[in-house]
Amino acid sequence: MKAFNIHLTGVGGQGIGLISEVILRAADHGGHPVKSVDTHGLAQRGGIVVSQIRIGENVFSPLVPAGQADLVISLERHEALRAAGTVLKDKGCLIYYNTVWQPLSVRLNETAEVAESDVQDLCRARGIQVISVFHEDLPDIRMQNMAVLAEIHRHRMIPGIDLKHYQSAMADLMSGSMLKENRELFDKRLTA
Amino acid sequence: MKKMGDMLLRRDAFSEIVMGNTAIVRAMVEAGTRVVSSYPGSPTPEIALAIQSIPKNDRPFYFEFSTNEKVATELAYGAAVNGHLSTVFFKSVGLNVAADTFVQLSLMNIIGGMVVVLGDDPGANSSQNEQDNRHYAHMSYTPMLEPADPAEVYHFYREAARLSQTQGMPVILRLTTHVCHAKERVTFGAWNPVEPDDTPQFDPSNGPYIPLTTQAIEMKRTSMARLEQVRQRAEETALNRVVDNGNTARGVITMGLPFLSLMDELDGAAAKPDILKLAYVHPLPRKTIVRFLSSHREVKVLEELDDLVENQIKAMAFDLQLPVKIIGKTRSEDWIGEYTPDKVRHVLSATWPDMVQAAATLEAEDPAPHRPPQMCPGCGHRSAFHAIKQALAPTDITVADIGCHTLGFLPPYEMGQLLMCMGASTAMASGLRLFNTSRKVVAFMGDSTFFHAALPGIINAIFNRHPITLILMENGTTAMTGHQDHAASGRNFNEVTDKIPVRQVLEGLGVQHIAEVDTYQQAKLAELLTEMIAIDEFSVVIARHPCMLKFTREQRKNPTYQQKHVTIDQRVCERIHTCIETFGCPTFTRDTEGNVTINTDLCIGDGSCIQTCPTKAIAPAGKKGKGGDA
Repeated sequence: MKAFNIHLTGVGGQGIGLISEVILRAADHGGHPVKSVDTHGLAQRGGIVVSQIRIGENVFSPLVPAGQADLVISLERHEALRAAGTVLKDKGCLIYYNTVWQPLSVRLNETAEVAESDVQDLCRARGIQVISVFHEDLPDIRMQNMAVLAEIHRHRMIPGIDLKHYQSAMADLMSGSMLKENRELFDKRLTA
Repeated sequence: MKKMGDMLLRRDAFSEIVMGNTAIVRAMVEAGTRVVSSYPGSPTPEIALAIQSIPKNDRPFYFEFSTNEKVATELAYGAAVNGHLSTVFFKSVGLNVAADTFVQLSLMNIIGGMVVVLGDDPGANSSQNEQDNRHYAHMSYTPMLEPADPAEVYHFYREAARLSQTQGMPVILRLTTHVCHAKERVTFGAWNPVEPDDTPQFDPSNGPYIPLTTQAIEMKRTSMARLEQVRQRAEETALNRVVDNGNTARGVITMGLPFLSLMDELDGAAAKPDILKLAYVHPLPRKTIVRFLSSHREVKVLEELDDLVENQIKAMAFDLQLPVKIIGKTRSEDWIGEYTPDKVRHVLSATWPDMVQAAATLEAEDPAPHRPPQMCPGCGHRSAFHAIKQALAPTDITVADIGCHTLGFLPPYEMGQLLMCMGASTAMASGLRLFNTSRKVVAFMGDSTFFHAALPGIINAIFNRHPITLILMENGTTAMTGHQDHAASGRNFNEVTDKIPVRQVLEGLGVQHIAEVDTYQQAKLAELLTEMIAIDEFSVVIARHPCMLKFTREQRKNPTYQQKHVTIDQRVCERIHTCIETFGCPTFTRDTEGNVTINTDLCIGDGSCIQTCPTKAIAPAGKKGKGGDA
């Protein structure tokens, strides 16, 4: 399989780490060579959190070269636009959770909030397939990542990873009520 | 669920997906490491998280977070001269703190062995600089190994430990940020625990251990001779890698993560160069390098940060009059930043434009507004900065220190106009106060930093009578690096311990003027600070509030926890925007009409914002404002 590069992004506190590790382990369960890398440190304090995953043979660095991401997964709208604009390939895929955590300059009224149309315009211009996810009724905001993961699988956005691989990865990383609730949400969204 | 602690103690050989910072802990276990110490600093704190995943009574080694990197190094050294294989780990700039001790280590006969693990930070992802700590290996005659990925972290630690034990010398394992944080499947060996011999083996006759007078010079001779013996090992190690592409014209010598970037960028390149990847970056395997130089017409030295390897290789070629063209760094940008695949493409295309094409631009234009890091919702530092700003004149000088409160330098607070390193604020402030009677000087300090490196500066301010005001931002934890305990938090890594209260320390030192206040009492804090800066002597304001990120995370473990949030009464709100523009909690959200609402994903309902609203439009969590929900 040719290298498949995934760039995950969001704001510190949104649960990028967990969705990234689920995909990393799901790819491994699927029998693919895979590497990933997270950014830590200052990013945890309301800054941008990025995780990168590279699946396939002949991948060396865990860092995705600029403009080489096949798939961008974002848990926030501003970060969706940023990643689509800076790291995503033309004709790549963008999936994002359509919530807004306004950056400082928006709150200070220095720049405008990124609108859904800004994301759509950029994607249309570059042939990017875009999927926006939003649910009014999530029991916990920390489950936004699993809602996105369900959509990723529903649209088969990552080649070579099947349902059982995602499920095994979740079981590797969670237990008890956390596993139960996340699995329930994931399974429900798959059939929604 | 896979338990990391169980995995790290498995007896059989196995493979698992791990981060570099986890792989190293399995290597410590297999190597029989007995004592490990550290001070938290990115990119290394996850090493301690992996250690923590092993229950204390099952842990085959002692671990502590010491008060600073120098103390941690001294502790590991003490254990090692008693016969225990020891390891100390910390971030890049931590070595500056540890340096006074560290530079002596190679003079000593460290009978148990000692590995110094560095988390360097090319690109300054979470550090105040991107210093190249390979310089320290040179100045201290200490061997240094540099892995590229988690599998190499495991193997290179094992090599470092073996070398250190057999030679009785310190060995540095230099990790970089994206080696620490990379994840991949790593194959580990079996672990056959042997009962450790904990008999104290310290014997002065193993020394000398006193580097004074003529002994210091003799010890240096011994140290340099040992380093030459390591050079032979660096030649022979199976950890060096040669990628033979059958290219006699061009070769690349590289090391660490840049090797992986290079391999990615050469994918699809025409006429790939041969590659020599070095395991030891100090001392260099001279014969191996000369052999490589002799079999190529042009050799590129691909080296992140400074040109240490390049200069040594050029010297080798010069001495032997080798007919090879050596291409090192050519532009100042070559010294700067992490050697990511993009950066390597840039460097390589400048060297051999026919081999790889330059990217059109190094970075695409960012279409979204910049997102700087910021203090969390409910952070006590935000309340503190909001109040402090009101107590100070615009011309007064504020001196920052390291910690979450450093972020106060950003808008809208702009509190903390100079920053150096851990604990530096008090003495810098003292200097700024000399010959200065017109501008007040205020220094900030966190509580973990207070114990780490601040005490000499504080004692100096008392001793030499510097009339500045120190604001101790006490949140009860080492917040920025992931909530490690410190000397005033009542716990160490292993157990409950007595708190060392900062106030009593200050009183014991003879500080005459100490005020204490919870930062949520913003008016009181401003009033106390106004009083303190008016006194022409050294004074301290302890501005206290527990870290709310830590507090909220603990609350969330309770299954009945419900996130609460304040509300804004839109009929009362006059759009003065103090909450969003001056107080600046990220919870406040602005719509296109200028209305302010609450981001309920973010707000924790702490209510520290309520007092900032001039029209009292913010209602506490659980209570509705007059005009209903926001």
